[in-house]
Amino acid sequence: MGIRFVLLVNKQGQTRLAQYYAEHLTLDERRALEGEIVRKCLARTEQQCSFVEHRNYKIVYRRYASLFFLVGVDNDEQMEYTYCGSFTHGRSKQFSSVIAYVAMGAVVDVIAYVNELAILEFIHLFVETMDRHFGNVCELDIMFHLEKAHFMLEEMVMNGCIVETSKSNILAPIQLMEKAS
Amino acid sequence: MADGVVRSKKTQNKTVARPRTALLTPFLSSNPCPDLDLCPRFSLSESRRSSSSRVAGVEDEGRTLEDFSAALAMNPFSSGTRLRDMIKAIRACKTAAEERAVVRKECAAIRSSISENDQDYSHRNIAKLMFIHMLGYPTHFGQMECLKLIASAGFPEKRIGYLGLMLLLDERQEVLMLVTNSLKQDLGHTNQYIVGLALCALGNICSAEMARDLAPEVERLLLTRDPNIKKKAALCSIRIIRKVPDLAENFSSPATSLLKEKHHGVLIAGVQLCTDLCKVSEDASNHLRKNCTEGLVRILKDICNSPYAPEYDIAGITDPFLHIRVLRLLRMLGHGDADTSEYINDILAQVASKTESNKNAGNAILYECVETIMGIEATSGLRVLAINILGRFLSNRDNNIRYVALNMLMKAISVDSQAVQRHRTTILECVKDSDASIRKRALELVFLLVNDTNAKPLTKELIDYLEVSDQDFKGDLTSKICSIIEKFSQEKKWYIDQMVKVLSLAGNYVKDNVWHALIVAISNAPDLQGYSVRSLYKAFQLSSEQVSLVQVTIWCIGEYGEMLVNNVGVLQVEEPMTVTESDAVDVLESCLTHHSTDITTQSMCLIALLKLSSRFPPSSGRVKEIITTHIGSVVLELQQRAIEFNSIIQRHQNIKSSLVERMPVLDESTFISKRAGSSQANISTEKSNQQLPSGASLKLSNGVAKPAASPLVDLLDLSLDDTPVPTSTSNDFLHDLLDVGLTNSSSSGVASASGTDILMDLLSIGTPVQSNTTPENGSSIKGFNDILPIAKPNTATVQVVDLLDGLASNGSHPGAQSPVHPSITAYQSSTLKITFSFTKQPDKPQVTQIHATFMNLSSEAYTDFIFQAAVPKFIQLHLDPANSNHLPASGNGRITQTFTITNTQHGQKPLAMRIRIAYKVSNQERLEQGQINNFPPGL
Repeated sequence: MGIRFVLLVNKQGQTRLAQYYAEHLTLDERRALEGEIVRKCLARTEQQCSFVEHRNYKIVYRRYASLFFLVGVDNDEQMEYTYCGSFTHGRSKQFSSVIAYVAMGAVVDVIAYVNELAILEFIHLFVETMDRHFGNVCELDIMFHLEKAHFMLEEMVMNGCIVETSKSNILAPIQLMEKAS
Repeated sequence: MADGVVRSKKTQNKTVARPRTALLTPFLSSNPCPDLDLCPRFSLSESRRSSSSRVAGVEDEGRTLEDFSAALAMNPFSSGTRLRDMIKAIRACKTAAEERAVVRKECAAIRSSISENDQDYSHRNIAKLMFIHMLGYPTHFGQMECLKLIASAGFPEKRIGYLGLMLLLDERQEVLMLVTNSLKQDLGHTNQYIVGLALCALGNICSAEMARDLAPEVERLLLTRDPNIKKKAALCSIRIIRKVPDLAENFSSPATSLLKEKHHGVLIAGVQLCTDLCKVSEDASNHLRKNCTEGLVRILKDICNSPYAPEYDIAGITDPFLHIRVLRLLRMLGHGDADTSEYINDILAQVASKTESNKNAGNAILYECVETIMGIEATSGLRVLAINILGRFLSNRDNNIRYVALNMLMKAISVDSQAVQRHRTTILECVKDSDASIRKRALELVFLLVNDTNAKPLTKELIDYLEVSDQDFKGDLTSKICSIIEKFSQEKKWYIDQMVKVLSLAGNYVKDNVWHALIVAISNAPDLQGYSVRSLYKAFQLSSEQVSLVQVTIWCIGEYGEMLVNNVGVLQVEEPMTVTESDAVDVLESCLTHHSTDITTQSMCLIALLKLSSRFPPSSGRVKEIITTHIGSVVLELQQRAIEFNSIIQRHQNIKSSLVERMPVLDESTFISKRAGSSQANISTEKSNQQLPSGASLKLSNGVAKPAASPLVDLLDLSLDDTPVPTSTSNDFLHDLLDVGLTNSSSSGVASASGTDILMDLLSIGTPVQSNTTPENGSSIKGFNDILPIAKPNTATVQVVDLLDGLASNGSHPGAQSPVHPSITAYQSSTLKITFSFTKQPDKPQVTQIHATFMNLSSEAYTDFIFQAAVPKFIQLHLDPANSNHLPASGNGRITQTFTITNTQHGQKPLAMRIRIAYKVSNQERLEQGQINNFPPGL
């Protein structure tokens, strides 16, 4: 699937959960990236679509009450970007990448893209899973049970790929552990 | 699905104690996926009100008295703080500084607890560190603790240890190697959950070495019976084959067998593993094509037709995630393979027509299905079906759906552009959408849709929209419009008209190279010059705030001012207009004095005024006045120009007219090829985008400046041979001229962007000669140096004298020698001067031979003279021995030394060199060091 990170951020821009996959960022880079993304996404209105392009990521985000769920995925244009040339000038790089794209005359990589709608669905599945576990999940549940939220995410996503989509399968190990303790 | 949640709500009815905002509260009236509105819970208005009164950065939502008292009663900094209390303490912080203080104390406590080897708390410490890590603080000191926890026996410890491992470490840390053994043990554990943990960790963070070490274990686990282990092992294998592609063949047959499973988790993981195998290995993909296509089609059929399966059901569709994965793998298999494509045609048609499109999940599948149809060798009927689905998407009210539709259409264009053209009007509407993401996509798509037949109406639409568009969007829009205009203009008049429109609407967003191209085009269209200057004049009257419009107007008035006034070459469509000479001068004067005009524009104004003073003799008095006012300008560039032009007007009337003649026609083909060349260079260098613009504009100006180079030689010729003026003034004049030139080179050194433009203007003064010399791969500055080998900025002053000397003695103009690169003073101190001269073989651009000359400036002789040089890695250096190691005093002798450098990144990186010179003065050792950065460009 190519999920690069899952980020939960509240309305104030405070990170509530962050998980990166195969992404090597230093602490400073991470903070900067999160700041940029949060600024970009939180500024958008509800009427706007849920996809934002940022650096080499495409961010699919969705808001649930006070929490924003942001999932960064590979931007499919990333490959084309490397060919960008011609009238390159800061903001017009998009455009030149398209020229290059046409010039190459081919779909660069048939699977080098992500299904944004599926990611949206994934976010919802994650929220529903947490909801089933915590019961009426809210920001505080995630904060105070950060490790459990991580356990769930771990059961759902591995190395950026989706592992499991059944809520009861995801929750089974966590419930077992709760029973044991 | 909704039912499921509601039910769970009723059974766990424990939401009374705390006022909380449930995440699943129906929040958006325009919820992108209406089906996701679940049961009503807490009212939205309440949560909003509380949030509006909140100070940024402080959270009070859901905080209760209980929380407060807990935070106050506990000392949060004792090493035994519970995780919960730490989080509360952090939440209670009002400022970032307070938060830092809490975190610092907490970290100190954790450190000491770790150093005391406190086993009881290590579990809790890691949990705290995870939270601290999430907040963005350094947590490296907890890494070893994670490893210890992983090695412990209990499941809860291992659980938290592995989680910490995945969060706090990544594959670059060396500590990671230490975990390999624990992982190996846990992979062989009897408890399936522990095996699952180890697989998960391995899948998330393993490095290439670990992948090699543990691959056999993972292979073995792929064959176990437990589905939970199987699915994780499959995903772990993905990471392994990405890290070590050689291992792919070991995994291809177990991967195939995974596709026969029934468990969805195993299937989805297996399908992903197969997809990755296809990516890394051609063999694997052939193997899968042969053995799996049938199985995949069956999986897809099963989930399409399966009855309601509550566990995997999302909005009435069984496991859309699996759907999507399978469709994607089918795309990989069908891509470029007619047989497979034919085999999967039916099932794709079934999915495309049967999936309901009123829910997000269904749309996600349709979207993937369309992508697959576009990616394989599908039948034309299927493609029509796909494009129709996209058309339906495009007219959807939901922005998300429209976004993906635009995305998809962009890919579909290479498959079937006719079909996409049908949706042109809808797409054009999307360009005007209120959502920036959609606008951007739509604009790109429109750009791809433009062809010769629809260029004109589309351009008109876009330009109309440019007028009302958002400020943020104007940049993108302008650059797209400009390139459409450039690419599809069939007649010059249309091109000029559209460009003038764009310049007057969004001139501030037009890139330099675009308006440069316009100038080149105008100068190449003799019959449209009058028309252009008149329409520019008209446009200028309406919008004088657009920088690039102003600049083009100034240039054109300077060049074609008399056409403006005399109405030369009026086209039939033009409305007659009267412009007097003083109107034209007014324009220039107003530009020159306008508060927001930048130096480049002002310099262009001065040039244009000088030109007008000769074109309109009656106005020359006024022009002179305007120029005189700038003699005292605080901007050096303007002052210098004003003084020079003033002296031309005052003292050199006889040559003025030939000096300010019209520019020679700028060579369009050279310009275009330069532009293309520069973009190609950019492609090859793949530089970051920030670097590109300057490079591009520099290269661009070459094209313009180049033809101008040789006329200056003619000009020098002219002044020496033909002019009847007395020799004394001739020298003066020459000096003036050279000053002009030198100003340019120095200003281009300081501010290359504006400098090159000025260079273009200045060098072109008075060049009646058609130039057709096009030196190979020269930059503008270099081209200039061809004639003036001395014009290196930092040595300029010294060398003017040299040049004049040379002229006086032998009368040959310097162009005759034309070394390719000027020599430089590489290093100069009070005691030593080093000059470099360069030779290059034309067929080896990377290799440069440098002849260094060392001169002793002190009064004592140097002995044991040794010169050493160091260069960056991309350069190779070969030093030949020097001709002597004794350097006589006071410049009475020289040492020369030759060395050869090879710049492996020629054209991308400039030369740079560090030097060290050691010598002895009366038996005392001396050492001098320096860095040379002033190598001429192009070496």
